[in-house]
Amino acid sequence: MPLTETPTLTVRSLLVWGLLAGLVGGLLAFGFASVFGEPAVERAIALEESAGGHSHGGDGHSHAEEPTEEPADEPVSRAFQATGGLGIGAVAYGLGLGGLFGIAFAFAYGRVGRLTPRATALALAGFGYVAVVLVPFLTYPANPPAVGQAGTIEERTALYFAMIAVSVVAAVLAGAATTRLTPRLGGWPAGVLAAVGYVVVVTAVAKLLPSYREVPDGFPGDLLWEFRIASLGTSAVLWAGIGVVFAVLLHRGTARR
Amino acid sequence: MTHAVATPLPVRIPIREILPYAVFVGVLSLLVMYFVSTEQGAVALFDGTTVHELVHDARHLLGFPCH
Ligand SMILES: [Zn+2]
Repeated sequence: MPLTETPTLTVRSLLVWGLLAGLVGGLLAFGFASVFGEPAVERAIALEESAGGHSHGGDGHSHAEEPTEEPADEPVSRAFQATGGLGIGAVAYGLGLGGLFGIAFAFAYGRVGRLTPRATALALAGFGYVAVVLVPFLTYPANPPAVGQAGTIEERTALYFAMIAVSVVAAVLAGAATTRLTPRLGGWPAGVLAAVGYVVVVTAVAKLLPSYREVPDGFPGDLLWEFRIASLGTSAVLWAGIGVVFAVLLHRGTARR
Repeated sequence: MTHAVATPLPVRIPIREILPYAVFVGVLSLLVMYFVSTEQGAVALFDGTTVHELVHDARHLLGFPCH
């Protein structure tokens, strides 16, 4: 049976599905981060403290376990940071991302090729992960506690977000270019050309932006690796969770006759 | 039109239908994500470090500069 009767989707239902997907994705990311991320965070904080206090101290920032320096100023216990705090952060971020995902899907659906609704959702999650997480990460990798100078936090944050913006804009342009060039070149050549264009642009921008070498001397390389892989994995679980759950809800919602 | 082709294009949602939602959700979502990723780090809307400390581990593991 051809898909000629595909019901018109409403933005409202896409939004609800996006938020539900974000909730589930956030919970899954929380689970992954608890198991694979927290050990590295704990090790890094232990190192930070044994190294004689924070390299980034003096500005009120603390990892909440410094009784000698900040006895009264401990708004959140370390134990809660690693559990409830992590969960709240992951789920809140997941809900936010899920909402944006629903809106992005509303724009993308029917405008990028002839993919089915489910395939569009999964493609959006995959490309979204590359553009929003992977490419910015490769430019400015995630850092565990103890890595990073307090004095450069403003520029590093601004540059990280700038890289996300450049990458997302370049990805959207690449998507638009694929759609434009497909009638002339065919789908695959158009897609490959746009992908190469995207990679060239983000690589050049990443090369031009300043880089930071702020890993303290003696910081274990394996710990840095463990943390960064856990960070990439946490986001991968989040985006995959959102993509799959959204695709399932979408399919159920549109297959209903 | 939809019956003429083998694989019909999915029905697009008109941009003007998406826009109000996009603005509303865009602002709310980005605000929530800002609090997880940045608040009381490079930028602070509120005094203190409570928000930063609460979402601290999520901020690190989601890849954002923390300190
Ligand atoms: Zn930190």
